[in-house]
Amino acid sequence: MMRRDECFRKLAEHRGDAIVVPAYTSAFEWIAIDPNPLNFVSIGAMGQASSHALGLAMGLPDRKIVVLDGDGSLLMNLGSLVTVAEAGPENLVHFVVENGTYEANGGHPIPGKGRVDFAGFARDAGYREVHSFDGLNRFSAMLPELLAAKGPVFGCLKIEPGPLPEYDYPMIHSARMRETFRQAIRPFLGGEEGGPARKG
Amino acid sequence: MRIDDTPRGSEIVDAIKAAGVRHVAALPDIVTSGGILWRLAEDPDIRLIRLCKEDEGVSICAGLSYCDKRAVLLMQQTGLMDSLNSVRATGVEYGLPICMVVGLLGKEPDRPASESENYGVRIVEPVLDAMGIDRLGIETSSDVALLAPAIDRAYAESRPVVALIGRRIER
Repeated sequence: MMRRDECFRKLAEHRGDAIVVPAYTSAFEWIAIDPNPLNFVSIGAMGQASSHALGLAMGLPDRKIVVLDGDGSLLMNLGSLVTVAEAGPENLVHFVVENGTYEANGGHPIPGKGRVDFAGFARDAGYREVHSFDGLNRFSAMLPELLAAKGPVFGCLKIEPGPLPEYDYPMIHSARMRETFRQAIRPFLGGEEGGPARKG
Repeated sequence: MRIDDTPRGSEIVDAIKAAGVRHVAALPDIVTSGGILWRLAEDPDIRLIRLCKEDEGVSICAGLSYCDKRAVLLMQQTGLMDSLNSVRATGVEYGLPICMVVGLLGKEPDRPASESENYGVRIVEPVLDAMGIDRLGIETSSDVALLAPAIDRAYAESRPVVALIGRRIER
């Protein structure tokens, strides 16, 4: 088993200029480890990180998009695995942090805790490359390869429940966070700057 | 002279494209399947994203909007109802241009949606009004002219909009 903060510190070493889309508890821990305007935390309703990331991946096909999903979140949007695989974004890396609990909501166990196979779900959904990690050394060693691989790539990170980060929901849902991200990706966009989504 | 004033699928698809939309996220809906979704699926200018669930489409359209890509979410009113929490969070509270084209399954052709015998149809407009979401009805061919400006306005003002398709659109 690994710790989430250890995994995230390794990822931060290799992220480069990737856009990172973390969900809820992962978002608070990720922001604390790697504050960066290319973090996209405005994922709206729970479970939607992978779907927002798919939109970003299709809209910015030349950028790497990394999702840091939760196991409870992914269970709420399990069909997104099939949708992502069908769309086939080559620039998408989808990690799920599996600790078997709804950590942000009192630590209750997820249904199927210890039985569900998230990597198996992703593999059967049609992700191009699928891995499961329960040791930091192997995860760390494979990270550069995972981030360089043609996607969609899936990685299940088996972690132990740890100390909870400070939950600041108003911050992740704030207009300031969305505007910061919007400004950060502006150099990646073609066409007019600063206007509404252009036609085409 | 055309006697039937039901909108043609080609008119609606042309309006969607005229608004600059090149991405469509969709789940099949029998009201719009033949005339709109099949046409979009076969249109080389359109990237169709087939969904497992409608709320995914809200998020995908949101993600694309940050990238200056216009998108439409095509679904049935049942899918809209199922997606209201995503629409609430991402469309309304974040203020993003989520443009939805929604087939009203069970609506009577010659009766306003608000007076439908079908409960699921009757509540759609009041729910959207309560959420403060712009809406337009597309019942007749002449209504189609409203669609592209509504999408333009949604992107210009960064707010969601729902176009309600009140009649079955045949291929």
